[in-house]
Amino acid sequence: MARTPIPIQPAGTKTAAFEYLTTKKDELVGWARKFSLFPYPFVTACCAMEFMAVSSSPYDTDRFGAALPRFSPRQADLLMVVGTVTHKQAPVLYKVYEQMCEPKWVMAFGVCATSGGFYQNYAAVQGIDKIIPVDVYVPGCPPRPETVIDGIMQLQDKIARSRHPIMTKDF
Amino acid sequence: MGVEIGLLQQRLAPPDYDVLSGRDMPVVRLPPARLLNAVTLLKNEFHFDLFLDVTAVDWLPRQPRFEVVYHFYSTRHFGRIRLKTAVTEGDPTVDSLVSLYGSAGYMERECHDMYGIAFRGNPDLRPILLYEGFVGHPLRKDYPKLKEQPLVPYRK
Amino acid sequence: MNTKSPEFELPNPVRPAFDATGHDDHVIVNIGPSHPATHGTVQIIAELDGERVVRTDVHCGYLHRGFEKECESHTWHNLIPYVDRLNYVSALINDFAYCEAVETLAGVAITPRCRHLRTLLSEYSRIVDHLTCVAAGLMELGAMTAFLYLVMIRDYMYEHIADLTGARVTYTYGRIGGLARDLPDGWLARLEAILDQYEMFVGRVHGLMDRNRIFIDRMRNVGVISTADAIHWGYTGVILRSTGVPRDLRRDTPYLAYADLDFEVPVGINGDNYDRYYVRMREMDESVHMIRQLMDSLPAGPISVDDHRFTLPEKHLVYTEIESLINHFKLVMDGPQVPAGDAYAAHESPNGELGFYIVSTGSGIPAKVHVRAPSFVHMGGVHRMLDGYQLADIVPTFGSINMIGGECDR
Repeated sequence: MARTPIPIQPAGTKTAAFEYLTTKKDELVGWARKFSLFPYPFVTACCAMEFMAVSSSPYDTDRFGAALPRFSPRQADLLMVVGTVTHKQAPVLYKVYEQMCEPKWVMAFGVCATSGGFYQNYAAVQGIDKIIPVDVYVPGCPPRPETVIDGIMQLQDKIARSRHPIMTKDF
Repeated sequence: MGVEIGLLQQRLAPPDYDVLSGRDMPVVRLPPARLLNAVTLLKNEFHFDLFLDVTAVDWLPRQPRFEVVYHFYSTRHFGRIRLKTAVTEGDPTVDSLVSLYGSAGYMERECHDMYGIAFRGNPDLRPILLYEGFVGHPLRKDYPKLKEQPLVPYRK
Repeated sequence: MNTKSPEFELPNPVRPAFDATGHDDHVIVNIGPSHPATHGTVQIIAELDGERVVRTDVHCGYLHRGFEKECESHTWHNLIPYVDRLNYVSALINDFAYCEAVETLAGVAITPRCRHLRTLLSEYSRIVDHLTCVAAGLMELGAMTAFLYLVMIRDYMYEHIADLTGARVTYTYGRIGGLARDLPDGWLARLEAILDQYEMFVGRVHGLMDRNRIFIDRMRNVGVISTADAIHWGYTGVILRSTGVPRDLRRDTPYLAYADLDFEVPVGINGDNYDRYYVRMREMDESVHMIRQLMDSLPAGPISVDDHRFTLPEKHLVYTEIESLINHFKLVMDGPQVPAGDAYAAHESPNGELGFYIVSTGSGIPAKVHVRAPSFVHMGGVHRMLDGYQLADIVPTFGSINMIGGECDR
């Protein structure tokens, strides 16, 4: 009487229970991270005016948990590149990005950071995504504060959706 | 208000100087060798104590190629004056005004950066608006606008 | 992504003037360019003896966006957005100074209503600029409340200007020969309401700051510059007036409608940070006084001069008449043909003398547009105000100079 062999799972595959727990863990960590963003305002140009406006009343970013700017890259997790990045500034931006610890996100605030804006010449970097990876692009020259808040909310959705590994293979 | 053009023409006489009454202010054309002399005169006798601006115009393909333009203002009689001097591409050198005006330092650095005009006597002609390692002078007409010289290599 | 060392060596974009101290006890510190207190992006390499600054080397240029090169490949009208983004806190003044330079070269006289409106909006921009400068300066000293008051008024002004021009911060509102559009209904009434609220908020800031012992201790006799030094190093505007000389282009060589207005030119006593703060506060009050006079005396009439060489024809004519269509087409595609020559026009911007030197070869595209940027010239002499003071004084001194990156680096 032949019996069908019971398939034995190879080591390392995850069971359904494990997947459920990690999903819930990701949701919890994502919820915590998205509502406590510490922006590093890498401010260069005119968009700074709208950054100041969006941080103050009536467009307050404190409502989203992103109020307190941290002026040290070691303590920040959201790099807001506000304004044009020129080739002279590029090593500085790269260095600041490298100094930030995981998890970190980058917001390209304004068209100059997104794509160089209308400065298409020898001096401006045509979009900071040529140098560092960007998570959310906020267009506008400069963007209205409502656009910035929309960008922050979309970033929050992105953080909530993404996986948050607590232990990586390098750690 | 302003300075009498007749007085200027007396003190800055031809053949070296050419004093005209321009659309908005008196304009003096002179050779580069007479620049320091003329500016000292303007500062001491005509009280042009505020040095506003130095810049250059690239007249490629006309020769002499560059025209260095100076603007001065007087806080005493509120007059303005423009000085123009022409230099060639082969020897784009003029005398520096740092001995007369402190504000000349940064402005001459910028003119050197953008056009390559050498200012004899300025101790510090490091790049100010451009960065170390930038080759060329971008405001010259033969520098292509889109030619970027990145310092950080692009991703991917 | 891990924090491992980059595969390439990050180059240093600047060469410091000194990299060895003259004294064993001295330390060299790099401040900026990405720093909360450097407005915009400026690098200061300072040699320190304990807390005292011995010498500084200031590096600007981190925001050099190639304004002059861009201008040489756009028509005279198309480059007005670039002009806006020079001094981006008071963008209208840049527009009007540039338009005046082109109008001087072209021999175009603007209409009386345009002259009055340009004056009114210049003063409005001046208030916005001074609000931003004072607010940022006070925030860096720790006075968050004053910052929030002033930025709130500034936000009302931004929304109000957006009603007129369509944008909050950079407007592209000036046109050669006039303005883009006329005032909407109710704009002046809202202006009156904003000015009343302004007086209330600024009164509160005066109460918080003027006789505040901490504020006086931090700002009095800090960052002092003498009149002779100021003129030698090319300072104009608020910094020159804070040393005691009442030099103001609006009074000395009046332009636009300033000759008809009654206003004072506030001056300081000492040339220090406190004087610059107070001169700015008083200048804002004078600007409000000027705006009220202009609101009362605003003449009726057309906004733009009726000159087919520069002003776009009315839309309904463009759609019905062939001449207007061709005129519109030529103006947009080729640009207004400005006669050959050069011109320099200077306005009193909140920072000082803002001058535009333009060179034309007779076509619709400029041969050169050069900005005499007050912030750039001021950076040349800022070391006179930083050396000898303390490290913590760099922050308010630099804030009181109001270095705007877009204008400094162009």
